[in-house]
Amino acid sequence: MNILNILSEIEKVDEDIYDRLSPRRRIMKDFYNAGRKISLAALPLALSSMFTKAYGQSGNRSVNDVLNFALTLEYLEFHFYNHTVVGKDPASSVKDVTFNFPSAAALQAITTIRDHEKAHVDFLKAVLGSAARPELAYTNFDFRAGGTYNANNSYNSGGTFADVYTNYATFLKVATAFEDTGVRAYKGQAGFLKGNQVVLTAALQIHAVEARHASHLRQMAAGAGLTIKPWITYTANGNDTGVAPADAVYAGEQNTTQATVPITNIAAGVTQAAAAESFDEPLATANVVTIANLFLKPAFRL
Amino acid sequence: MKSEQANLTTAGSGKEGYNRRKFLSALGLGTAGAAVLSSCGHNDWYDQFRDGNKNGGATLDFKDDIGILNYAYALEQLEAAFYTEVVAKSSSVFSASQNAFFNDIKLHEIAHREFFKKALGSNAIGNLEVDFSSVNFSSKDSVLATAKAFEDLGVAAYNGAGYKIMTEAYLVIAGQIVSVEARHAAWIRDQISNGSFSDLNSLTALGADNSKGLDAALPPSKVLPIAATYIKTKIDVKNVF
Repeated sequence: MNILNILSEIEKVDEDIYDRLSPRRRIMKDFYNAGRKISLAALPLALSSMFTKAYGQSGNRSVNDVLNFALTLEYLEFHFYNHTVVGKDPASSVKDVTFNFPSAAALQAITTIRDHEKAHVDFLKAVLGSAARPELAYTNFDFRAGGTYNANNSYNSGGTFADVYTNYATFLKVATAFEDTGVRAYKGQAGFLKGNQVVLTAALQIHAVEARHASHLRQMAAGAGLTIKPWITYTANGNDTGVAPADAVYAGEQNTTQATVPITNIAAGVTQAAAAESFDEPLATANVVTIANLFLKPAFRL
Repeated sequence: MKSEQANLTTAGSGKEGYNRRKFLSALGLGTAGAAVLSSCGHNDWYDQFRDGNKNGGATLDFKDDIGILNYAYALEQLEAAFYTEVVAKSSSVFSASQNAFFNDIKLHEIAHREFFKKALGSNAIGNLEVDFSSVNFSSKDSVLATAKAFEDLGVAAYNGAGYKIMTEAYLVIAGQIVSVEARHAAWIRDQISNGSFSDLNSLTALGADNSKGLDAALPPSKVLPIAATYIKTKIDVKNVF
């Protein structure tokens, strides 16, 4: 295989190939430098990554776009947990959370998670400064996903998760879906922050906290009767929670090939389940928006 | 390009902390050596050892993505070897469900290790020889404490190196792995003390900031000396950050 011939063939049909590969020529420089040492065995991966980058991604997002997107998700998570910890919309006198936490530990765990989401909101707002998106209040959300509300923003009826505040198990299902969505969402934005020491590092740090939350919530959900592990295991459609309305949250998690390398049976004992569990999957912006919009009232959708 | 090199082999001492003195200790230096070196700049004290040990061992050159992927490969080798030992030796001190999850984690780390080995091809470093003599595999507490240290360190390592990864596909892969390590860390922490899954205050030394809700993040110059406690193979480090 002669890489230079391949590039020159592509150039015949796409004269912008070198710019596509890297507007700043960085990748080509890296490639030529690395080419002296990269073995033929390693080349397929190097090549596939290079072309994925060149052709796989359309458009770009500014750092502020990414951070405001993250801020929206953090508002969503914060208000969701805060509502259950407080027992009601803090601005309302009506207590509408009727389930009881089964233990002090369970309430404490949700409080810990709530506090982290608040810290993320405050941190992202501080980083964005005047570029921060408008604040989102609890009443801007519809955590029952499709419920109806009266003029005073009090819940009437309906929604995919109509019993989210009356049934502890439903609450845990939605919470688990939120955390797993958060983990996927940050991963999906990482590429836009490539090379940015401050912002990418902070995003990765938040991302890992969301993953810790997801792991714990999955344990709590298991305790409440779901057959679920701290890590996302293989199922045909990626959704290992058994909560059908959450299918979109997990679509793609069934993937067991990473950067062209098949993971199943990569070593003795690495089953399809282990292969899917060992790598979490990113989620593209548009898919995250679709999920988030289910929980935002129409006027506030992304 | 500036070349730096260090022998990260330990002298079989106990666990290393995160400060500079202990780093130097992890490099096999005595206190006297550390005192002399404390006046040197960061690169200088690496240079002191650049010709110190060139026989055998592995080289991690952080000048490009291959170096960073090899760094991840080294850490995954360590984790995979550890959980292989746990599954082989520690099942009697854990419950059936705990053993099932330890087996899951073992397979995840093996999958990570083998992925890097395949992805790197002939650029991959060799197999590292591990040293778990400080771990008591018959002790639940010892196994859990070591597992917690490995998982939290793994999270810190990926988070701290991510911004240096220049190929987007590799950056996303690193993200795909680090969240699984964080899931492990949370589960293991909950086995030690339920509810400690994301106790960021306990991770301050690894770069976490609870007030901002930020998890651990450390550069390889701080991760490797900690990991070196468990690695026998000499690791030469170049262009470390």
